[in-house]
Amino acid sequence: MSQPLTREQHLDLYYYMKLNRMLDEQLVRLFRQNVVVGGLYSNLGQEATSVGTAYALEKRDWIAPMIRNVGGLLVKGYKPRDILMQYMARVDSPTMGKDGTSHFGDIKVRHVVSPISMLGDLVPVMAGVAIGGRYLGQNIVAMTWVGDGATSTGAFHEGMNFAATQHAPLVLVVENNQWAYSTPVAKQVPIHDLADRAKAYGIASAIVDGNDVMAVYQTTKEAVNRCRAGKGPVLIESKTMRMKGHAQHDAAEYVPKEMFKYWEARDPIARYEKYLTENKIWDEKTKKELDARIDKELKEDLEFAEKSPLPPPELAEQGVYCDGCHTVEAVWNRSKAEVTPPKSSVKPEWEVTDFGGFDLASTMAKQSAAAGENGGKDARIISQGTHKNTAHKPQQRPNGGAAKSAQHPARNFERQQPASQKFKGQKSPSQRMMDQKTNGQPEKSSAVARVPFGRGPKGKEGRK
Amino acid sequence: MAPVTMLEAIRQAIFEEMERDPTVVAIGEDIGVYGGAFKVTAGLLERFGWERVIDTPISETAIIGAAVGMGYQGLRPIAELQFIDFIACCFNQITNFAAKSHYRWGAPVPMVMRGPSGGGVHGGPFHSANPEMYFVHTPGLKVIYPSTAYDAKGLLKSAIRDNNPVLFFEHKFLYRRIKEELPTEDYTVPIGKAIVRREGRDLTIVTYAAMMHTSLEAAEELAKEGIEAEVVDLRTLLPLDKETILQSVKKTNKLLIVHEDTRTGGIAGEIAAVACEGAFEDLDGPILRVTAKDTPVPFSPPLEERFLPNKNDVISTARELAQY
Repeated sequence: MSQPLTREQHLDLYYYMKLNRMLDEQLVRLFRQNVVVGGLYSNLGQEATSVGTAYALEKRDWIAPMIRNVGGLLVKGYKPRDILMQYMARVDSPTMGKDGTSHFGDIKVRHVVSPISMLGDLVPVMAGVAIGGRYLGQNIVAMTWVGDGATSTGAFHEGMNFAATQHAPLVLVVENNQWAYSTPVAKQVPIHDLADRAKAYGIASAIVDGNDVMAVYQTTKEAVNRCRAGKGPVLIESKTMRMKGHAQHDAAEYVPKEMFKYWEARDPIARYEKYLTENKIWDEKTKKELDARIDKELKEDLEFAEKSPLPPPELAEQGVYCDGCHTVEAVWNRSKAEVTPPKSSVKPEWEVTDFGGFDLASTMAKQSAAAGENGGKDARIISQGTHKNTAHKPQQRPNGGAAKSAQHPARNFERQQPASQKFKGQKSPSQRMMDQKTNGQPEKSSAVARVPFGRGPKGKEGRK
Repeated sequence: MAPVTMLEAIRQAIFEEMERDPTVVAIGEDIGVYGGAFKVTAGLLERFGWERVIDTPISETAIIGAAVGMGYQGLRPIAELQFIDFIACCFNQITNFAAKSHYRWGAPVPMVMRGPSGGGVHGGPFHSANPEMYFVHTPGLKVIYPSTAYDAKGLLKSAIRDNNPVLFFEHKFLYRRIKEELPTEDYTVPIGKAIVRREGRDLTIVTYAAMMHTSLEAAEELAKEGIEAEVVDLRTLLPLDKETILQSVKKTNKLLIVHEDTRTGGIAGEIAAVACEGAFEDLDGPILRVTAKDTPVPFSPPLEERFLPNKNDVISTARELAQY
């Protein structure tokens, strides 16, 4: 159950999102001045997803950001200077110039795992972090983000399947920003909602309006609580939009102009400012103070970054191996005796309850129940905002035109409950559904028939 | 103590390290209840339980990825690849994630990736490979390929205690074919140190793994003809013990490299370059090599025999070299 946020926390969310954006703008200026080395990957439009998800974690939890999750790094305590110097390839950057962008991390203090450029590979790694933490009794949650494109990789699938079989405390945020470089999501994945992927792993999932930071935060908080309670991984699909090209060199001319317009009207920061004003959480003065603080911090950090030199060439040959320069230490929060003999000893036998025989009648019954009730036998669905509503009539999208895919979120989001309504003590739809503990029972509230695999206009009738 | 096989020596190393240090965990396919395809991990689950002996889905990328993640948590996972050929499935996790981690952002990955490798048992193109050179070419990794039970145990212990991702190749032809009496007390063998298995004055044979035994047998026959070959067992391929190689070459003035890996891009080429850079003026003859053919490992016995280098190949090439 998520707690209402305090005023300070509400302002924190604004601070991190705005800082994320202003830093982005600063980096664009530096890029144009040729101060940025290599490519620059904008976070524009995705600040609510990065910040809202990371803010739902505790200090002890672990994250692994992707390239557009600078907001998550800021929440975890990194400073703008760290990101600036990474992009400027300076010696005082977290990687000392050995890598750029958001490719850095810190195991011991901030619990941040550095990404690599190959997509999907963080999923199994964070599954390992999650089960490692559980083994040590740390009660941590591990979180990582993947884009819509990365859900097509083998590493994503292997990682999710492994995490699911291990009931790992892993929150996977599928950041559906509609574009994998130049390819629209409909051409990447033949399903409308990427959250549907979760069904294949028998894990909980949710869909959230990724430009609504409160919804993102609340959904993630529920997912985190669920993970921490030992209920296994959760996949959250955050529907958002990449508002620039893949990187600065890419003018994104392949994106329909109306699509940008549509999403500009749903800018996460403008929306949140309105929310703060309408709910009287801040006033003009507070906003000015926060903006001034952000400006000041950015200016100071830029000065710091600019003073930092490029690394000395000899650094290139250092640090390939850990020769004792780092210590490998596990933080034990449980008794080691539990995992050492004789206590650790078990009877090495599988428990097999289902013999896997083929029972035609019950299989047909299950299939028909699954088709009608929006989920397979073991798919426990948690849902926030739009997910229930996504049981729309599946569309025929033979060519998956970009303009069409732009229309889907519109329908979904318009139906969404305003975020502000959720903080007056009533239970959100997702909370109610989690309370129900579906446990394989069909969810009675799911009214609209859905066809498995999400394709084709056929309802139950059509199938017969 | 009775002599033990190399397989048993490996099993002992895993058991003793898990006994000694609760941060050591094992992960892989069929390693728990079943005890591993070759029974290397037999009895492990019974003793250390489900949390420390993790049977995984058939997902090599998940196995290595999860091991990297557990390493970040300060654990020391031992990941088994059921056959080392399947390491190709998780190449990205190893070469891009694990190998570059410490260099890029100072995060050590204390992890061992081990599995049965090598031919001679008619395993065919997908159960016989020697893929060590893909990884020897990857800075940040360590690559071990032992030839004796003593070394296998001592080197595996060193690998588990190392702070870097270590690949540990276990030649399956040797698993049950060689036996050795092992010390009862805890011991390690240092990574990165080659060893002279046989002293000789006429030529140096640099080799490793199963070919070490082939080379020793060849050396005994050569001795009957008056050719005394020195046999250097690399034991570790990365980092390469250049010093021991050069020392031997400077003594015998002739270098023959023998490996079961295929010819092009095998470590023989690298060792030849090391010898040219460090002992060119000491060389009295060409640097020669005996290797497998440049083909996939074939299945049928006569084909595999043709593919693999053998004792006679070593003897005839050594004779040729001795004439200089």
